[in-house]
Amino acid sequence: MKIHEHQAKALLREFAVPVPDGDVADTPARARAIAQRLGGPVVVKAQVHAGGRGKAGGIRLATDPAGAEAAAKQILGMRLRTPQTPAEGILVRSVWVEQASAIERELYLSMTLDRTRATHVVMASEAGGMDIEEVAARTPEKIIREWTHPALGLADFQARRLAFGLGLGGDSFKQGVTLIRNLFRLYLARDCSLAEINPLVVTKDGRVLALDAKLNFDDNGLYRHPELVALRDVHEEDPLDVEASKYGLNYIKLDGNVACMVNGAGLAMATMDIVKLSGGEPANFLDVGGGASPEQIENAFRILSSDPAVKAIFINVFGGILRVDRLAEGVIAAVRTLGLTLPVVLRAEGTNVEQGKQMLADSGLPLVMADDMGDGARKAVALASGRRP
Amino acid sequence: MSILVDRTTRVLVQGITGKEGAFHAARCREYGTTVVGGVTPGKGGGTHEGFAVWNTVEEAVRREGANCALIFVPPPAAADAIMEAAAAGVPLVICITEGIPVADMVRAKHYLASTSSRLIGPNCPGVITPGQAKVGIMPGHIHQVGPVGVVSRSGTLTYEVVGQLSARGIGQSSCVGIGGDPVNGTTFVDVLRLFNTDPETRAIMMIGEIGGTAEEDAAAFIKDNVTKPVVGFICGQTAPPGRRMGHAGAIIAGGKGTAAEKMKALEAAGATLVRSPADMGATVAKVIGT
Repeated sequence: MKIHEHQAKALLREFAVPVPDGDVADTPARARAIAQRLGGPVVVKAQVHAGGRGKAGGIRLATDPAGAEAAAKQILGMRLRTPQTPAEGILVRSVWVEQASAIERELYLSMTLDRTRATHVVMASEAGGMDIEEVAARTPEKIIREWTHPALGLADFQARRLAFGLGLGGDSFKQGVTLIRNLFRLYLARDCSLAEINPLVVTKDGRVLALDAKLNFDDNGLYRHPELVALRDVHEEDPLDVEASKYGLNYIKLDGNVACMVNGAGLAMATMDIVKLSGGEPANFLDVGGGASPEQIENAFRILSSDPAVKAIFINVFGGILRVDRLAEGVIAAVRTLGLTLPVVLRAEGTNVEQGKQMLADSGLPLVMADDMGDGARKAVALASGRRP
Repeated sequence: MSILVDRTTRVLVQGITGKEGAFHAARCREYGTTVVGGVTPGKGGGTHEGFAVWNTVEEAVRREGANCALIFVPPPAAADAIMEAAAAGVPLVICITEGIPVADMVRAKHYLASTSSRLIGPNCPGVITPGQAKVGIMPGHIHQVGPVGVVSRSGTLTYEVVGQLSARGIGQSSCVGIGGDPVNGTTFVDVLRLFNTDPETRAIMMIGEIGGTAEEDAAAFIKDNVTKPVVGFICGQTAPPGRRMGHAGAIIAGGKGTAAEKMKALEAAGATLVRSPADMGATVAKVIGT
C-alpha cells in the first residue's frame, strides 16, 4: 500500500525524523493560511501517489502567502502526468505546503527488502535528488549499502558507516546517525516495504531534514496496523481495483479487451501471456484465489463485465482447492443476475470437473467450451475481435 | 527414490482444527500419506475429524515420530509455527499459508538457518511424490508416477503442467512448489540439486515467474551443475512493471525481475525454453523423447 507524502511526513515526525514544518491544504485559501502561519518562502507540492512531480509542474516555490495561494490554485484540480502515472494523469486533490529550506547538500537514503539475502538493506548515496535507479546503473559505486541483521536490526556502527558515507561531519553527522536509526525503527515498526527519502538534505544552517518522503507498506502486514489502513486513498487507485479488493479478489486492470478470470497468481499470469501470444490483449489480471466462494466468482464476473473495453471473457480454472462445481455455481448465478452480454469462453480442469461441466451444460447457458488453455485463448481472442472462434 | 517426501514420511498438520487444515489433512490421508495427527495449541489431548491433536509440535514428534510438518496456521502466527516445527527438530517443514508479513519471514528464515530443518514455502501448494505421499493441497488424482521432476513458484500453474504431462502419459518423480513470496525457504537451486542426484528423475520442468532473481540463480546453477535436461517456463511475460501480480514476490521493480531477463538467463544456461504455457507438456515430451 502507498500513502501520500504528507501522511508519510506525519509518520516520520512521530518517529522523530526531522521534516520541514508544513501542513496539507485542499483549497488555495487554506494554502495561503498555512503559508501565513509558516512565514517566509514556502514550497507547494501536489499530493499524488507518483514520483516525478517536480518536472510535471506539481511542485512550486512561493515567496509569500499570496504566491502560495496562486501556486495552490494552479496545482489543485490539475491532472498531473508523470512517467509514473497513467497516461491520463492523476487528479490533484490536495497540496502540501511547507517551509522552504535553504539547501546545502542533497543526499539519498532508503530502506527495503533484499530478497536474495532475505533481510532488510539500508542504502545511502551522496547523489541525492536524482533518479536513484539511474545512479545505480551509471555510477553504482556512489551507492553504499548496509544489510541489517535479520533479528538484531540495524547496528549503531552501521548507521555511523552510512552517515560517514554520506560525507556528514560534526553535528550533522550526529543528526544523520539518529535520523537513520529512527527511520529504520519506523520501517520495522510499521511493516514498510520501502522507506525512501530523496532528497535527504543538509541545510545551510547545518540541519539534516527529510525533504521528501515515500513510504510503502507490506500488504501482508496491514492487518496489524489499522491506523495505516485508514490512510489509504482510493482516489489514487483504479475504481475497478478498489471494487475487487472489497471482495478479496486480486484484480489489476490492464488495457486490452480479453478479460481473464483465473485461480492462482501463476496461472493468471500465464493466461495473460497466452492471450497475448494468441494475438490478443488481456484486459486484466485476476486471481480469484484458491478458496473462492460462488459469491466471489459472481462479483468477479460482474467486475470484469463492467469494464467497457472488455469484448470477451476467458475463464481458465485448474481446480485444486477451488472446485470446478463451485466455480460453475458462481458463473451460473452471475449470468442469471447480470445477463450474458459478452461471449464467455470456459476452460476448466481438475477437482470435480465432470460435475461442474454437467452443471454448466444443464444450465443451458451459451458458454463456449475450450479443451485446453491454448484452445481457450484462441477462442477468446477471436470472439473479442468479432470473429467466430 | 524421489525427493523430499516418500512412503516413510510421517506428517503432522499444524493448524489441523482449522477448516483448511482439517480438509487437506483428510485429502492427504486419502492419497495414502501417513498423517499422524496435528497440532493446535490449547486443543491438545482430543481428536479432530479422526486425527489426534497435540498442543505442541514437540509432543507430536516425541509420541508419533513425525518427520514432516504441514502448516495451515493463519498468517499472524504462521512464522512462529515454522519456528516451532524447526525447534522440535522436524527435518521438513512445508508451509502452505499465504499472506505472512515479510518482516516475520526475515526473522523465521534467520532462525531456521540455526537448525537443521528445511522449509518449503510459504505460500506454496506443497510437495507430492506420486504414488507415495502427497503433503500439500494439490489435487492428487492428476498426478502419475514417472520420470519428470517439477519445481515451481506457482500452485495452479504446477497443476497445469502436471495435467499436460499426465495427459501424455508422462508421470512425475516429485513436484515441489517453492512458493510465491519474496522470502521463502527452499529455492530453485536447492530443488534442482536434489532432482539432479535423484535416480528416478530424468528431466526437470521448472516454472518461474517475474520478480526477484531466483530464476537467474537457478540458471547459473544449471549451467555449472545440472546434467539432466531442464525445460523452463516463465510466467508474467505481459505483466506491467510496478504492480504486484497476486503473489507478493511477483513484481517487476526498478526494471528488474522481468520475464525476458529470466528467459534469456535460462536459455543461455542450456535449458529448453517454452514460450506458451500450452506447450509445456509437449516440450517435455520432446526433450525426453517420448
